[in-house]
Amino acid sequence: MSILIFLDQADGHIKKSSFEAAAYGAAIALQMGTTAEAIVLGNGIDDLAAVGNYGVTKVHTVKNDALNHMDAQVFTKIIADAATAMGATVVVFSNNFNGKAIAPRLSVRLKAGLVSGAVALPETAAGFVVKKNVFSGKAFANVAINTAIKIITLNPNSFSVITSVATAEVTEFAATVDAAKVKVTNTNKTIGEVPLSEAKIVVSGGRGLKGPENWSLVTDLAKLLGAATACSRPVADIGWRPHHEHVGQTGLAIAPNLYFAIGISGAIQHLAGVNRSKTIVVINKDPEAPFFKAADYGIVGDAFEVMPKIIDAVKKLKGVA
Amino acid sequence: MKILVCISKTPDTTAKIAFADNNTKFAVDGVVWIINPFDEWYALVKAIELKEADPAAVIHLVTVGLADNDPIIRKALALGGDEAIRINADSHDSYYIASQIAAIAKDGKYDLIFTGKETIDYNGSSIGGMVAELLDLPFISLATKFTLEATSAIIIREIEGGEETDNVALPLVVSCQKGMAEQRIPNMKGIMGARSKPLKVVEPTAVEAFTSIASFDLPPAKAGVKLVNADNPEELVRLLHEVAKVI
Ligand SMILES: Cc1cc2nc3c(=O)[nH]c(=O)nc-3n(C[C@H](O)[C@H](O)[C@H](O)COP(=O)(O)OP(=O)(O)OC[C@H]3O[C@@H](n4cnc5c(N)ncnc54)[C@H](O)[C@@H]3O)c2cc1C
Ligand SMILES: Nc1ncnc2c1ncn2[C@@H]1O[C@H](COP(=O)(O)O)[C@@H](O)[C@H]1O
Repeated sequence: MSILIFLDQADGHIKKSSFEAAAYGAAIALQMGTTAEAIVLGNGIDDLAAVGNYGVTKVHTVKNDALNHMDAQVFTKIIADAATAMGATVVVFSNNFNGKAIAPRLSVRLKAGLVSGAVALPETAAGFVVKKNVFSGKAFANVAINTAIKIITLNPNSFSVITSVATAEVTEFAATVDAAKVKVTNTNKTIGEVPLSEAKIVVSGGRGLKGPENWSLVTDLAKLLGAATACSRPVADIGWRPHHEHVGQTGLAIAPNLYFAIGISGAIQHLAGVNRSKTIVVINKDPEAPFFKAADYGIVGDAFEVMPKIIDAVKKLKGVA
Repeated sequence: MKILVCISKTPDTTAKIAFADNNTKFAVDGVVWIINPFDEWYALVKAIELKEADPAAVIHLVTVGLADNDPIIRKALALGGDEAIRINADSHDSYYIASQIAAIAKDGKYDLIFTGKETIDYNGSSIGGMVAELLDLPFISLATKFTLEATSAIIIREIEGGEETDNVALPLVVSCQKGMAEQRIPNMKGIMGARSKPLKVVEPTAVEAFTSIASFDLPPAKAGVKLVNADNPEELVRLLHEVAKVI
């Protein structure tokens, strides 16, 4: 018996959301009186012993260049073999893009019940019940997993990571690596930008900003705060901003520590994707804008007047000229 | 070319979320039901576009649900699609639903199976991957673009901070999100035509569910907004730094 955590990597770096998954898996291990082990697939990955800082005692590696791209079919088979070999009773993923591709397949392969989008540690006193987001963040469901093996995907930024100094043992897992049926012909990354799904701070703009030429009010603040940028759906639909920035019920659902909404009305479908943010700030010239009801802090005012002053104040705070 | 599109029924995006029976059931009173937006706007419309490019293509729709799914599946038929299959079962367990869809798909020998990115009620984002594993097919999740070649597809999928272009031979399963296609509105001809399109109802195969919902909770209410005067935005920055400690 043990807990297995899948560490997702890109370009040799473990993703931030996977460290959260590792810490979450280690906490489950502690709760159930067992150990947490991790698996990482691909070649040339940076310091894996340091994953011990998150409470993982052992990291299984499968070093193979073919695994530097994720193929859900190939990855599932390897993770299933590893889980079986080590007798894992719980397998943990981040509920990120790759987690959403692999975990459902693994669920079928291991005949293991899956809860996706978990937001808290499981209740294990009687049975195994996991709290997850439902209705696009408007409610939670407590889902019982009734199979011997359980799979959980953890929502990014919903579990507080505590680290301590420890070293994980790194060992090679002898896996059969099938040929991938999916050929990756290109990857395209917006270099330097903070990925929205992993961001601690998100600055977001709506139709109130009038046009793409005014977006420096969003991007300048984002740069100062090390934040990702987002937008409302109409803004992406008109083409002022790229589609991947669209947050809400039909876009990306996010839960950053700070969500800064500028010129966004706060329609129910928008709120559905952002209402789990820990702190929400709203700048809107209309005091009746529904967003104020969901906000922690707000300014009723014209973004074109307020935002430059906010940006100056943040510059001062950060000691930027 | 045979395409299967998975259609689910969800509460309207403005529906009030409340629970009944001691917080064990979603309160359906007064709820208006719609086709899950990801299934309608992206999965179904993309299938229709493929059929427009290749009139020999056939689109089947599948839904797992009771008779109250019929208006939803009729609306989907009105948008496009040649016939529909409803598997007469009520379940929120992803494995159960995926197993039912896989059983239909196995018989139908489809070249493409499209699902939406996720249902906006239970937010599993799981059915597509499960169907793919049950059928031992490749699966591309969260696709934003899909182009058909002779015997393969070129698909763009979202990854952290960017996108990836994949080339995959058919058959395969794809979960669809924004970018795949543009939302359409059914026209009169489609609505009339949908009435005479076949809607086959089949009984489910016996499958053991993996999970069950024990209860629901609503998030705690917000304390209320603290408003800062527009003349003094510096105060907002101070509050975020010193009180909320988020910057
Ligand atoms: C099925 C469905 C799904 C949807 N999914 C989503 C989704 O996922 N995400 C999403 O965002 N939307 C979604 N929508 C759309 C949603 O209903 C709203 O239409 C949308 O969120 C509004 O965007 P907005 O706030 O940018 O624009 P508007 O509603 O036009 O609001 C602009 C706001 O800016 C304010 N403003 C104007 N000028 C200024 C100024 N100078 N300074 C400060 N404030 C100013 C205005 O007071 C107003 O509140 C969906 C709708 C449907 C029907
Ligand atoms: N009951 C159902 N019947 C048919 N298709 C479904 C059903 N539930 C989910 N799906 C499909 O699977 C996708 C993902 O759903 P989920 O994994 O539940 O978030 C949806 O967008 C649909 O395309």
